Amino acid sequence: MSVRATDRLSRLLAMVPWLLNRQGVPLAAAARHFDITEAQLVKDLELLFVCGMPGHMPDDLIDAEWDSGRVYLDNAEAISRPLRLAPDEAIALIAGLRTLAELPTTNSPHDRRAVESALVKLSAAAQDAVGAASRLTIDLSIGAVEETLRTAREALRRKKRLRLRYVVPARDEITERDVDLMRVTNLGGRWYLEAWCHRAEGVRLFRVDRVAGVELLDVDGTPPPEAVSRDVEDDRLFTPAEDDLLVTLEMEPRGRWVAEYYPVESTEELDGGRLRVTLRVANPRWLPRLILRLGGAGRIISPPDLADEAVTAARAALAEY
Amino acid sequence: MSSRRTERLLNLVICLLATRKWLTKEQIRLAVPQYADCDSTEAFDRMFERDKEDLRDLGVPVVTGSDARWFDDETGYRIDRDTYALPPIELDAEELAVVGLASRVWQQASLAGPAAQALTKLTALGVETDDQDGVAGLEPRIRTAEPAFEPLYAAVRDRQPVSFTYRKPNGEAALREVEPWAVLSRSGRWYVVGRDRQREAARVFRLSRIESNVRRLGRAGQYVVPDDLDAHQMLGTVGPPEDDRIAVIRVRTGRAVGLRRRILDGEKPVADETGEWDTLRVRVGDAGGLAQELAGYGPDVVALEPPDVRADVIRRLQAALALQSGLPTRVPDRERVEETQ
Repeated sequence: MSVRATDRLSRLLAMVPWLLNRQGVPLAAAARHFDITEAQLVKDLELLFVCGMPGHMPDDLIDAEWDSGRVYLDNAEAISRPLRLAPDEAIALIAGLRTLAELPTTNSPHDRRAVESALVKLSAAAQDAVGAASRLTIDLSIGAVEETLRTAREALRRKKRLRLRYVVPARDEITERDVDLMRVTNLGGRWYLEAWCHRAEGVRLFRVDRVAGVELLDVDGTPPPEAVSRDVEDDRLFTPAEDDLLVTLEMEPRGRWVAEYYPVESTEELDGGRLRVTLRVANPRWLPRLILRLGGAGRIISPPDLADEAVTAARAALAEY
Repeated sequence: MSSRRTERLLNLVICLLATRKWLTKEQIRLAVPQYADCDSTEAFDRMFERDKEDLRDLGVPVVTGSDARWFDDETGYRIDRDTYALPPIELDAEELAVVGLASRVWQQASLAGPAAQALTKLTALGVETDDQDGVAGLEPRIRTAEPAFEPLYAAVRDRQPVSFTYRKPNGEAALREVEPWAVLSRSGRWYVVGRDRQREAARVFRLSRIESNVRRLGRAGQYVVPDDLDAHQMLGTVGPPEDDRIAVIRVRTGRAVGLRRRILDGEKPVADETGEWDTLRVRVGDAGGLAQELAGYGPDVVALEPPDVRADVIRRLQAALALQSGLPTRVPDRERVEETQ
C-alpha cells in the first residue's frame, strides 16, 4: 500500500508541470503519455483538485478541469517544476545512453555527438547516481552486424525496400527476399529486422546475424497496411503452437544450458545433475543436429523416430571418416 | 486508503515547498487536513515520521532547522526549493531523441517506470520528443525476466550484501553470500559480479540460476566496489578466440551455408571430380566451437584439417552416437559446449 501511494505521488509530481505546460492537451493523449487509462487519469485529476495550499479554501486548491475532454490546470505554483531525478530514474537513462554509445547503429557522427553530450548533461544533473549507473551495464553489441544495421536504418529513413540474402539454418539454405522494413529491434539479446516479407506475404523477423547480404533497392519500402508489428510482450519470441511437436530431451550436467538457451515447456531434475527437458517445436529438423553438436551431453528421448534420425545422422557422419 | 495517503503526501509536499518559514510539526498537522485522521499525537508523530521517510526516498529534500528568534529551538521543517527542482537541462532535439531511445531500452523491463518518469520530467517544461527523426524504427530493448533482477539491482545500487541459493552449471546448488558489485546483461542474460564471501574472491553468477529469493544482509554502503572493476571482462572475452589457423573442410555441394559465409576472403569452394563435394577453407577462430558446428552438420561435412579439430569432431560424433543409442562410452573430458553456435 505504501509503495503504491508513493508511486502515485511521484507520477502526480511529474504530471503537474507536464500538464501546466500543455494546457488543453486531450485526456487521451495525456493518459497515453503516462501509460495509464483515462479513468485513472481522471482519478489523478480529481485528487489534484482537492489538494493545495494550507488553508484549503477553494482559492488555495489546485484548479483542474477536464470536462471538455481537454485538461486545464492552474493554481499549482508550488509544484510547477519537476522534482529532480530520483536515483533509479537517472540510472535508467544513463545506463540506457551508455548502451547506445556502444552500438554500431548509433555510430554516425550525428548520433554519437547527441549520445555523448546527453550523457554529459544528464550525468551533471544526476550527481550521486552516476557511480551506481556505471554498475549497471547492458551489452547489446553482440550480433549487431554494422553493415546490415546501417543499411537497415538507411532503409527506414529513406523508406526504401531491402533485398536480403538470409540464412535459414534449420533448412541449411540461403533464401533471397525483398522486404519492407518496419523496425530494427533487439529481443532476448539478439538483433532482428522486423519486416513485411514479399516472398512470404507476411510479417517476419529476421536475425541480423543471419543476414548474409543486404542491398538497398530504389523502390518504395513502405510496408502494406496489413503489416502490423507483432508486439512481443512476453519472454517468448516465438510462442509455440498447440499442434507443434512435443520433444523430450535428457541432458547430462554439461548440457543443462540447453534449458536456458531454448524456450522449454518444462524441466525435471534427474539423478546426478541430469535434466529432463520438454519443448515444443514447429520444425524438429534441427534437433538431431543439436544432439550431434552436443557430443554426448544430451539425447532425444521422444519422439523415437527423431531419436533414430540422430543415430542415423551420427553413423552416416562417422562413415565419412 | 492509497488515495487518501497520496493526498496527504501531496499536501505535505505543497505546504513544505510553499513555506518560507520553518514549519513546526504542530503547524504541519494543522496545515495538512488528512492528519486530522490521527486521534493522538503519538499516532500523528508516527505517521509524520513515515511520510518524511517516504518523501526522502522519492528524492524530495525535506530539511530541518529552526529560527531561534521565533521558536524555542523547536525543530522546523521545509523542502529545500533549490534542490527539489530538476536543474535546467537543456537538451536539443537530437539529444532528446537519443534520451528517449535510452529510456525505451527499458520499455519491457524492470526500470520501465523510472525511465519513463525521467523522460516526463525532462520534457515537462514543454519540449516534445520528436519521433520523426533518425531514431524512428530503432528499438534496442532489454528484458528483466529473472525474479532476482530487482533485488540484485537494488543491492548493487545500495552496496548491500546479499545471500541466495545458486545452482552451478554442473547441477550443484548451494547458499552463497555475495557483496554485489555490478549487474550486467549480455546476449539476453543477466549476470551479477561481486565478491563471494565464503570463497573470498570475485565471482560471476547468472541470475537465471538463482533459485531462492535474494535476501539482503545488513546495512547499505557496507563495502567498496573496486575502482578498476571491469564487469564485462570478468564474463570473459567477447567474440571468437583468436585461433588464426586455417581449417580445411569438405562440404557437400550446396550444404552448410552458414559455414560457406565464412570462407576466407578472396577464396572460392573447389569442387571435386564427382561434383558432389566442395573443399573450402575457413579461419579456425574457436577450435572447440568449430568442431561443435562441424559435428552439427553431420554427414554434410568432413573436417580434414587441422588434425585436432578433425579428432574433436570424430570424438563428438562418437559420444553423441553412444549416448543416443545407449552404448557405453568414455565421456569427453575437455568440454566447451556452451553457447557457441
